[in-house]
Amino acid sequence: MKPLSMNRRTLALLAVLVPLAALFVYVALRSGPLTPIPVTVTVIENRSITPALFGIGTIEARYTYKIGPTVAGRVKRVDVQVGDRVRAGQLLGEMDPVDFDDRIASIGAALKRSEAAALTVKAQVQEALARKTYADAQARRYELLLNTHLVSEEMAGARQQERDMADAGVSAARAGLDAANQSSASLRADRESLMTQRANLRLIAPVDGLVTNRAADPGTTMVAGQSVVEMIDPTSLWINARFDQLRVSGLRTELPVHIVLRSLGGRELGGRVFRVEPQADAITEETLAKVVFDAIPEPLPPIGELTEVTVAMPAMPAAMIVPNASLQRVDGKMGVWLIQNNTLHFAPVKVGATDLDGQVQIMGGIQAGERVVVYSRRALTARSRIEVVERLEGVSP
Amino acid sequence: MISLAGRDIQHAWGKFVFTGVGLGLLIGVTLTMAGVYRGMVDDAKALLDNSGADLWVVQQGTLGPYAESSSLYDDLYRGILGMPGVTRAANVTYLTMQVRHGGQDIRAMVVGVVTGSPGQPGQPGYLVSGRRITRSHYEAVADMAAGFKLGDQIQIRRNLYAVVGLTRRMVSSSGDPMVFIPLKDAQEAQFLKDNDAIVQQRRRTAANPLFNRPGVPGLMNAVIASQSTNPYVNAVLVQINPDLSPEEVAEPIRRWKRLQVYTRRQMEEILVGKLIATSAKQIGMFLVILAIVSAAIVAFIIFTLTLGKIREIAVLKLIGTRNRTIAWMILQQSLALGMIGFVVGKIAATIWAPFFPKYVLLVPQDAVSGFMVLMVICVLASLLAIRTALKVDPAEAIGG
Repeated sequence: MKPLSMNRRTLALLAVLVPLAALFVYVALRSGPLTPIPVTVTVIENRSITPALFGIGTIEARYTYKIGPTVAGRVKRVDVQVGDRVRAGQLLGEMDPVDFDDRIASIGAALKRSEAAALTVKAQVQEALARKTYADAQARRYELLLNTHLVSEEMAGARQQERDMADAGVSAARAGLDAANQSSASLRADRESLMTQRANLRLIAPVDGLVTNRAADPGTTMVAGQSVVEMIDPTSLWINARFDQLRVSGLRTELPVHIVLRSLGGRELGGRVFRVEPQADAITEETLAKVVFDAIPEPLPPIGELTEVTVAMPAMPAAMIVPNASLQRVDGKMGVWLIQNNTLHFAPVKVGATDLDGQVQIMGGIQAGERVVVYSRRALTARSRIEVVERLEGVSP
Repeated sequence: MISLAGRDIQHAWGKFVFTGVGLGLLIGVTLTMAGVYRGMVDDAKALLDNSGADLWVVQQGTLGPYAESSSLYDDLYRGILGMPGVTRAANVTYLTMQVRHGGQDIRAMVVGVVTGSPGQPGQPGYLVSGRRITRSHYEAVADMAAGFKLGDQIQIRRNLYAVVGLTRRMVSSSGDPMVFIPLKDAQEAQFLKDNDAIVQQRRRTAANPLFNRPGVPGLMNAVIASQSTNPYVNAVLVQINPDLSPEEVAEPIRRWKRLQVYTRRQMEEILVGKLIATSAKQIGMFLVILAIVSAAIVAFIIFTLTLGKIREIAVLKLIGTRNRTIAWMILQQSLALGMIGFVVGKIAATIWAPFFPKYVLLVPQDAVSGFMVLMVICVLASLLAIRTALKVDPAEAIGG
């Protein structure tokens, strides 16, 4: 009886202690430096990737017109509001002409006076001409009479002199008419000059377009060069895109672009690279490019809106591909961890093009079909013990 | 030969084992506390490891970028790249801030890294899921501790970022998870105020007659543009030629670039010796007290266990058992209790350690030295009990 009860007790004790010891061994092996590091692996493939280039940009108008006075002055009226569509030649507003109109009226009056004076002179010319005609006839008649000795030479000489005087009178009157005409022309030119300057105070739309800014309201004083109204040509919208210089290789004109406007959330618009700017931004270390829409979206997106552009590059020829998560730098060398016979082996590689999904081309150093480590629970070394798993613990698929 | 200790334990094994388990839980707490301390130090070192840098170039006269704020122009790295022995240099920004995700704020250290090619200093060394950042804007690689999943949209200041990769153990020295985003975005996040503040700033500038002069068209736009840029980063991380010593490369940068340069060893001193020194000492003090209390409790338990058996010991003495046998029995029991306690403690600590919000690092060396100390304490405690047991009068067996 007694050994049996003792055995039962021993068994019960062992039933507690043995699992405890087993658990301890398990814990010691699974949680210390002895634990194998779980890793996931992938097989190196040989295929082609389609790299893409991601950048951001703002919508800008290619042609912006800033319309304002060429001399300092005060705004008299502005006829358009922001958002108005205007036609080429349409009056947008006007600067205050101050005394321009009075000066034009004054010169107009002077011109009229001058023209009236010209008419007087013209009458004088006619009078002189009439006198000359009579003097000519008289002189001719006396000449005939002199030939038949009916009049004295003296009387004929007097008629001759009267004719010469009438000639001089005509010349003088004609000169007077010329002067009067010149004076009118000068006044007319003066008036036209003033009217041109007056017209210059009218703010006229140079092209069909959209008013984007009304910078001044009537009564505002402007200096020359300040704009009263700004307008754009809405058909000339484009995107000023910026690309990180580190990735920009291969960017060129005519590449297709997917455009996402911030306001349109996920909806993609088509476009293409219009121009890669010859001058990069040296401060931000970005390359600039202009991207045009295939079709300008309606309603027009606001100028200055943020956009994301993704330039699709031509597909690369097939090469070895690894996920970029598997690339690591060990002792200053870029490479991947290969698994050969369940041991780790670091292979330095040369990296080529990469696509936006994180696939990287490898230019040598490894063979297609080899197995590389993608994810690991801890940093790896050549002596790490590893355990290949499907997915790391705590990571959702 | 019959083991007296074994027989005695068998006799009341339930009491014995449960006492051991109770003791074990206490030891587990002590081991965990040591783990918390190790975890703090490891967090600090993880920060340095993760940066992948050999040298940290920071603003002159600061303990930058982790322990103090430091600010450098973002084009300085070009000059540093030209210094002898420098193989790679990359800008980096660090900012601990709230990251919005699904309506709640998560405190994280947002790291702005140069994302052009993998392996630049500052980038996470290895991932546990997803991929590295491939777009130059609006992508993020986050630490698992932040609780994000692949494909989640997180908001940092005014922009939304897609989580494309996950890391593990990428934490700041205070244990906040890191979120890696492209440098340009991080500079903007660090500098750009909220929209209201920007609008107010513009209004303030417009109200200033110095900046908004009627005769100078465009001046105000220029001023506002210059107010909305951020050409600063917090540090330049440098990787050096492995043939040179860090100090050899650091000295010319200090001397000619007029910048502060820290080597890995100096950075560790700053982080462990300055940044987490007080909280580490706090934990250390607690650990010492806990160890003393545990030792005292172990001693008391063994002592009371012995006292509970005083009558049996008296009987043993009565039947002529040698003192040595009795002493050996008590010592064996004491050591067995210690061992059960240690095993339970180690298991318990390992099980609950991952549930702590901050990292708890259970170092095997700590466990080994803890075991040694525990055994010594058990021996010392049993000495006291043995002394009492040996002084027992055999008459108590019949008297009492």
